[in-house]
Amino acid sequence: MSNRIEKRIELRAPVTRVWRALTDYREFGEWFRVKLEGPFVAGQTSRGYITWPGYEHLKWEAVVQKIEPERLFSFTWHPYSVDLKIDYSQETPTLVEFRLEKTTSGTLLMVTESGFDKIPSARRAEAFLRNEGGWAQQMVNIEKHVAQES
Amino acid sequence: MFAALGDETRLVLVMKLCGGQPHSISQLTEGSRLTRQAITKHLRVLERAGIVRSVRKGRESRFAFDPEPIEGMKDYLNFVSTQWDEALGRLKAFVED
Repeated sequence: MSNRIEKRIELRAPVTRVWRALTDYREFGEWFRVKLEGPFVAGQTSRGYITWPGYEHLKWEAVVQKIEPERLFSFTWHPYSVDLKIDYSQETPTLVEFRLEKTTSGTLLMVTESGFDKIPSARRAEAFLRNEGGWAQQMVNIEKHVAQES
Repeated sequence: MFAALGDETRLVLVMKLCGGQPHSISQLTEGSRLTRQAITKHLRVLERAGIVRSVRKGRESRFAFDPEPIEGMKDYLNFVSTQWDEALGRLKAFVED
């Protein structure tokens, strides 16, 4: 069974532009929706707060691994660690890697997140329950929508 | 993005079983306002999802946390994967703007 996530996305922007969006902490924060305290430095912990409305109390933390200009940016973290009651620091983090390649139309960005085999079962259960809750909410929304239509 | 946790009864059951020790339905019903039947129904939902498994001991079924819930893992990866799709969509809009 696969224990990693792989994404490939074509971006119509030069490598230099994409690199800045990934590694400038303010720009990263714009699209990732996190307010970071300072620049990314290899080997150091990056800290900040989620800027998603309603989740601003949640901390963001990652340890920067590699910064190889316009080629590779990576960090380790505890993916979507949103439950304040859980001490995620006891868990093995996952590794996120962003790789960039120049293409004729812009940049090919490849993102991999690996190390999920170490995620404790309790976290998986939590994700299951959260997804289930999400679906339950969707059903309520559909119901409301249909009720308004009729 | 982070939808509320699912059914509270199921969450409580998962918490009780997290320690790894198998529990009987009576033990899991203790301290709950729900009936044995209701608790059993919730346990079956969790079992189908691969979160817990049941083991027969004599005449009674005991429930334990499944240490390797393949389905649970798939759900977890799907959840994280969806978050990435959304984040990369925002990145695309950001750099192509």
